Amino acid sequence: MADFEQPAHFAFDADSAAEIDRVVAKYPPGRQASAVIPALYVVQRQMKRQTGSAWVPLKGMDAVGERLGMPPIRVYEVATFYFMFNMAPIGKYHLQLCTTTPCWLRGSDDIVAACREATGIKGWKETSADGLFTMTEVECVGACVNAPILQVDDDFYEDMDREKTLLVIAALREGKPPAVGSMIGRQRSAPEGGPTTLLFAPENG
Amino acid sequence: MMLADQDRIFTNLYGVHDPLLAGARMRGDWDNTKAILERGRDALVDEVKASGLRGRGGAGFPTGLKWSFMPKTSDRPCYLVVNADESEPGTCKDRDIIRHDPHKLVEGCLVAGFAMGACAAYIYIRGEFYNEHLVLQAAIDEAYEAGLIGKNACGSGYDFDVILHRGAGAYICGEETALIESLEGKKGMPRLKPPFPAGVGLYGCPSTVNNVESIAVAPTILRRGAAWFSALGRQNNTGPKVFCISGHVNKPCNVEEELGIPMRELIDKYAGGVRGGWDNLLAVIPGGASVPVIPKSVCDDVLMDFDSLRNVRSGLGTAAVIVMDKSTDLIKAIARLSKFYMHESCGQCTPCREGTGWMYRVMTRMVEGRAELAEIDTLEQVTRQIEGHTICALGDAAAWPIQGLIRHFRPLMEERIASYKARSTVRLAAE
Amino acid sequence: MPKLTIDGIEVEVPPGSTVLQAAEAAGIEIPRFCYHDRLSIAGNCRMCLVEIEKTPPKPISSCTYPAAEGMIVHTDTPMVRNGRRGVMEFLLINHPLDCPICDQGGECDLQDQAMGYGMDHSRYAENKRAVKDKELGPLVKTVMTRCIHCTRCIRFISEVAGVPDLGATSRGEHMEVGTYVEKALSSELSANIIDLCPVGALTSKPYAFTARSWELTKTDSVDVLDAVGANIRVDTRGPEVLRILPRLNEDVNEEWLGDKSRFSIDGLKRRRLDKPWVRKDGKLQAATWQQAFDAIATKLHDTKGDRIGAIAGDLCDAESMLALKDLMAALGSFNLDCRQDGAKLTNARRDHYTFNTQIAGIEDADAILIIGSNPRREAPVLNARIRKAWANSGAKIGVIGAETDLTYPVTHLGTGTTALGAGETFLNGAKKPMVIVGQGALKHENLLAAAWGIASRAGALTPEWHGFNVLHTAAARVGALDLGFLSGKTAGEMLNGGVDVLYLLGADEFNIAKTGPATFVIYQGHHGDSGAARADVILPGAAYTEKSGTYVNTEGRVQRGFMATHPPGEAREDWKIIRALSAHTGHALPYDTIAAVRARLEQVNPVFANVGFLPRFGCSDTTAPAGDPAAVANVNFTPVIVHYHQTDTISRASPTMAACVAALEPAPAMAAE
Repeated sequence: MADFEQPAHFAFDADSAAEIDRVVAKYPPGRQASAVIPALYVVQRQMKRQTGSAWVPLKGMDAVGERLGMPPIRVYEVATFYFMFNMAPIGKYHLQLCTTTPCWLRGSDDIVAACREATGIKGWKETSADGLFTMTEVECVGACVNAPILQVDDDFYEDMDREKTLLVIAALREGKPPAVGSMIGRQRSAPEGGPTTLLFAPENG
Repeated sequence: MMLADQDRIFTNLYGVHDPLLAGARMRGDWDNTKAILERGRDALVDEVKASGLRGRGGAGFPTGLKWSFMPKTSDRPCYLVVNADESEPGTCKDRDIIRHDPHKLVEGCLVAGFAMGACAAYIYIRGEFYNEHLVLQAAIDEAYEAGLIGKNACGSGYDFDVILHRGAGAYICGEETALIESLEGKKGMPRLKPPFPAGVGLYGCPSTVNNVESIAVAPTILRRGAAWFSALGRQNNTGPKVFCISGHVNKPCNVEEELGIPMRELIDKYAGGVRGGWDNLLAVIPGGASVPVIPKSVCDDVLMDFDSLRNVRSGLGTAAVIVMDKSTDLIKAIARLSKFYMHESCGQCTPCREGTGWMYRVMTRMVEGRAELAEIDTLEQVTRQIEGHTICALGDAAAWPIQGLIRHFRPLMEERIASYKARSTVRLAAE
Repeated sequence: MPKLTIDGIEVEVPPGSTVLQAAEAAGIEIPRFCYHDRLSIAGNCRMCLVEIEKTPPKPISSCTYPAAEGMIVHTDTPMVRNGRRGVMEFLLINHPLDCPICDQGGECDLQDQAMGYGMDHSRYAENKRAVKDKELGPLVKTVMTRCIHCTRCIRFISEVAGVPDLGATSRGEHMEVGTYVEKALSSELSANIIDLCPVGALTSKPYAFTARSWELTKTDSVDVLDAVGANIRVDTRGPEVLRILPRLNEDVNEEWLGDKSRFSIDGLKRRRLDKPWVRKDGKLQAATWQQAFDAIATKLHDTKGDRIGAIAGDLCDAESMLALKDLMAALGSFNLDCRQDGAKLTNARRDHYTFNTQIAGIEDADAILIIGSNPRREAPVLNARIRKAWANSGAKIGVIGAETDLTYPVTHLGTGTTALGAGETFLNGAKKPMVIVGQGALKHENLLAAAWGIASRAGALTPEWHGFNVLHTAAARVGALDLGFLSGKTAGEMLNGGVDVLYLLGADEFNIAKTGPATFVIYQGHHGDSGAARADVILPGAAYTEKSGTYVNTEGRVQRGFMATHPPGEAREDWKIIRALSAHTGHALPYDTIAAVRARLEQVNPVFANVGFLPRFGCSDTTAPAGDPAAVANVNFTPVIVHYHQTDTISRASPTMAACVAALEPAPAMAAE
């Protein structure tokens, strides 16, 4: 494994424990394994709260296994299968760059270059020297008509270009994330300039 | 002809209005749903069958028929599973339904679930849709609060739960049995079929997996009738459909239109046309990454529906139209999709696990032209060795884009190889 | 019973069969890597493709497809051949071409199938994948670059062994089989994954780079390191046993083998007694057979018959025990005991000391009560059957004894005799209940009768079903009881000066210090363990791989092993030693050949006539064994095996087994930590 330290202990804090209880209740009795993905999210968020870095350590997976009555290896399998679980520490902001064809056609290469320039990060899955940013190449995030997309943690910045990328990163640096969504003021997935359909809407007319 | 706003199902597609219950009710959602349920299971299934609705997730299987596979009586609980794992590159329609018209989906869960005798719906939403899941969860919570779902849903006497479940980044979970595995807390590896989910699905119980859009249109079909729905679109390709137009168009957007609309009209009318004009068009991937690319000559007059696109050896898929103008390095565009499939292969079965990586690596060389001419045939053969030999359709999906490229743009690939060879000869001579 | 046609051959198969199974029934071999009879169906390798008429025009994996009435299957069409060739090519693109240095070479499924479906050249021009090897402990060596992801090992470890240690992490072409966190496999059956691996990804660590399969001489034998009697094949080259593999026997071990039984073989080369020794002036000194026999004859001459005793150990073959019994009788002694652990067993009636449900019969049981036994440690292969009964038909299992992980869920009813009542209640309502009483319970008086009583009242003793079972741990025990190696003074009574001459036939598993200081001890055996250390005369015998021998397993199944190598040095087959000694003491036994010894065995007890075969039987006489269930003392049952890997003179001499103990039971943490 890579050159980072696994914490020696992990225990769910009160918030996490309560959330897992809520999640487990969503599934039929005896099917609590269904909660493994939610529980791993809980671990990742707790790590973010406690260390500033959202990732899933070994002991966290063990804690999930114990809570859900799953053999640890089954939890490891799940955690390593799904791409959104970070198996190593990441920076404060997770820059997830979609470079799949629809984003690439709209200039995702520029967004990647702008991120590298603004953060000094060279490779994928690397963290900037100041620990603020980690850059990850992701596959299609499902917002293609608003391509290209820069996903920061859970939020999508849409209709990006080089300048807006530099802007977003500068704002993040100051701890003031810009409002999420289209960076050119589009009404969600409507064409630029405003909807050309649905101009008549039941609640209006 | 343009689909009239009155015939559009997703009247808040762009999120101009309140997505939650108050707004939804104004749009007609949850309007006497009890009366719909009172028509009885069979009537609902028959109505959907009669509407000709074909699944909106890509495969286009008749939705009503799928529902009818569920057992009439079962000693085990039955489940509706909603596929909100929208991950097909180019596709972002379910996202809009979820964040802007969530009650269409929640109500759809109830009526569809009732029609198939399910006790609950599990909605599996892709992990990246975090903000979207918050909206949907709020809608579900409201619906419970208002007695629309839960015990005695809508006063119908029918108990029905809706549970939202987040994925965590795996395209393969859009495959219905992989989705079920994932929902059960395992890796998203597709199951062997048979048995099919209608017999052995979620938790070993009869289950039906439907796409978000298929479920979300159901209440409107049941209110306005099969005749209304089937009058839209073309025969065997009925109804309106949300299209996603991305890539090299002037105004990328989502729009709901009738199936069978000419591709050119769709692009010109709603997406502001191809960047640089129609004649600047190189090729289109008409239904999400999995379907073969088609060149401009085919795009000129092809209609956007299941059968028309199948006839030109492509597919409607998710109706995600990825437009590429003449500035596009098409080999690179397809190579990037090959990388996508390599990244998203679950690794379970041999042809896909090994073949997607092979194809991607050859495609990477093809982008440079660093290959032999004969390798185009080898690559084509590798796609054939994957296609039809895997447990699920991801293998096919990985093979088709390359097949489409070779079918329509082989000269481009040959030219790239030739020019690479020419360059290296020059380099060699200079040394 | 669906009837289908495969390559023109009509075949009828049981409902639920797959097309692959139907093809096998029709005598058509279908290539496969992931499919295995005894594991769940994965369908992932895609090698078993066939063409089925009236299905979509693409090849179908036969291992997953249900056979149906009227189906017409083709297994050798261009579509099938091309499909399989394609799969083979995919398997090979990332598989290293290191067959010359691969231990699987010569017995590799991939190598074999590549002969049929491989190309003569590779079209793959890219770099091959390299995968980091995994540390799975002292037994299983990994070369993970060779892994073809069939997941047989994962399925075996979770389904059969019941210890979910292995998994496949990551996905796509990065998927890797392993434990994720490097750790030794914790199953007693772990090494079976070496046999299951169709390629050279998992190979035998102790056997690494030792030999090629075609260099080995293969001898059928029977394992003696527990009382299951697993069928084994002993592979030798010259005088050396290089490996032991399981041999198929559906009734006993299926195709599995415990790790100890497979890997104790390096113990056969260490601490061996390869010449006679005689104690002179308090010190053991090397001697000739003549001198050793002289010393014994001299001592026996001065000793009255009833002052002589013999104890048979746990690894003895029936032939040598019979010979010793006959010799003792000739010397006028009836002091014989095969229960060096003091087990409260008698041999008055056979079903009072055997595993009557039989191992295969476990699968029919619906409730199993285990009293004073840890079958996972005492008989791992048999334990896998109990797990199978739980997994396949939902048998419920109750345990009285120490609380421990048996690899399946159990109801823990208590730790000792006070829970016997709860045990009886546990079996209420069962249609085919089983009681398994182990050596942890049989240390104590009256437990045998108490366990029988529970079985009787639970309805486990009917003419159709015999649900009373004694689980032995000693391979020699049932044979010894069958031939009456149990009379006169007990082993306990022979100690502390209870006899003047004590003949230990491979008996090491008792507190040797309790032998009276004046007692003259003869030790006949193969390892220099505690018995030999105390002996006045040592007669070097043969280990189980070095002699032809008859063993009776815990079921009462008579089985025979053949000699795979010769005993080392001057050591000899055991019955022959006793035969020679008998002549030397003037009581020559009336047999000179192994056939004659076996004829005598049958004469002593006709059960020895039925080798291998054991019919299923019920219980027509419910008379309990001697003992008073009401007089059971209040005791807790303690485990009879602490370290699975070290239970006898052979495994204690094995460095491999020592490594297993060290890997699985790490030394306690330093106090300072």
